[in-house]
Amino acid sequence: MDHFPTSWGRPRNDAIDAYGTYPIAQRPYNGPKDAFSEGVQHTQQPIVTGTSVLAIKFKDGVMMAADNLASYGSLARFKDVQRLYPVGTHTVIGAGGDMSDFQYIQSMLDELMIDEFCAQDGHTLGPAEIHEYLAQVMYARRSKMNPLWNALLVGGVKDGKSFLAFVDLLGTTYTASTLATGYGAHIAQPLLRSAVETHEHELTEAQARQIIDDSMKVLFYRDARSINKYQVATITAAGSSISDSITLETTWDFAEGIRGYGAQTE
Amino acid sequence: MPGAPSQRQFNPYSENGGTILAIAGQDFSVIAGDTRQSEGYSIQTRYAPKVFRLTDRAVLAVNGFAADGNMFVKNVKQRLEWYRHAHAKDMPLRAIARLIQTMLYARRFFPYYVNNILGGIEEDGTGAVYSFDPVGSYEREACRAAGAASSLVQPFLDNQIYYKNQLAATGTAHPAHLPLPSVLAIVIDSFTSATERHIEVGDGLEIFVVLARGRSLQGLEGVKGMSELTTTDDGERVFVVRRELKKD
Repeated sequence: MDHFPTSWGRPRNDAIDAYGTYPIAQRPYNGPKDAFSEGVQHTQQPIVTGTSVLAIKFKDGVMMAADNLASYGSLARFKDVQRLYPVGTHTVIGAGGDMSDFQYIQSMLDELMIDEFCAQDGHTLGPAEIHEYLAQVMYARRSKMNPLWNALLVGGVKDGKSFLAFVDLLGTTYTASTLATGYGAHIAQPLLRSAVETHEHELTEAQARQIIDDSMKVLFYRDARSINKYQVATITAAGSSISDSITLETTWDFAEGIRGYGAQTE
Repeated sequence: MPGAPSQRQFNPYSENGGTILAIAGQDFSVIAGDTRQSEGYSIQTRYAPKVFRLTDRAVLAVNGFAADGNMFVKNVKQRLEWYRHAHAKDMPLRAIARLIQTMLYARRFFPYYVNNILGGIEEDGTGAVYSFDPVGSYEREACRAAGAASSLVQPFLDNQIYYKNQLAATGTAHPAHLPLPSVLAIVIDSFTSATERHIEVGDGLEIFVVLARGRSLQGLEGVKGMSELTTTDDGERVFVVRRELKKD
């Protein structure tokens, strides 16, 4: 609200405007100045995008996977992009959605971790804190109608507790023992749930890895924005590690026998 | 405008399903919600709480857009903490209700996309339920359902709590207040029924019970899955009952 009575209109008596200052030509504007504010565009849509990220809990921690593709629409534009990123020693985040926004998030978290390290207060941020921080940032950005166009998974182990949670461009958050973003939420999540739910505390790392590998294979066969090259992050009490890129062995001989959608004439 | 270039606009809202309800008794209040969080046809998680203990005499259920809901509860809790630091006591229920209305209306032109139901015990020891719309209109009621299955549950409560369309047997009258075990049974039946008929309701059920100062457990002691959340020993008491709902 404008608290200057003289801006409210012609005053009706001298008690309000004894010196007859109405009309005032222009009061100075003291707010922030931005000569280019009309030229500033907010993110309206993602451009270079990553597809699904998968993650499950197992006996000793959390396992997460994402492929190495960054698409430009339907074009497979960048085929060696890392979509899993370690934050500190206890946490890994994985991102789908706009890759430039994800790179911005990476540098933001790097800065945060450096600030926290410099405090030298004997505390380090674990996965729960990283997730809360990201959730606040994502919600604040959506509230400014300028979202960071991502769906993020945050996984980790700290103080003997494993943690796995989701946050997206709207600031929506949730936790579960199996999580998947994007197309994976439709294709892989049911597979992950039937393999993991109620067994979180019995699954070995090898079994978890098998579940992840199987799901990534299904996703590669079904998701047109995926690629047969992916990485797997494993986070346990011992710390986090992100594997080298793995290339999936796939077979397509069965495709010869498929009739009905292709260019075949009979 | 025909022919004018159109811009796709970012939609800052979503709807995350689920249902909440609250019923006030003479000296207790019951506030419940399912724990499923969904978006469209996808279940995001089977356990995302929608009902929160604010103080030993106030419980808030929030339903609608989950991100707004969590942020709103966070802000309410902070305001209650500040009140505690300033006045060395918990904020009374009717004051919390007015606080919530003010906080919601403050965002009149970019609303929190949530329906709130506040339940608890008033300073006079009566059970109370306050329900709010997303921009802060509120009233005190005996019962209220909100959320995805509110259109299924509210008519049921109108019939079972307010005795709408029911005639008392000759020479008798409908009771003004139901006892706690009857209320719990109605709450559980409401959610099992909503789970059957609404795809966004299910997975888990959390029922909070707030008892007025010095009251007996009124049959709550035998309830399966009950645990106490009370933090003081001479005031109102808060309990939570956790149950499973169908997951399909």
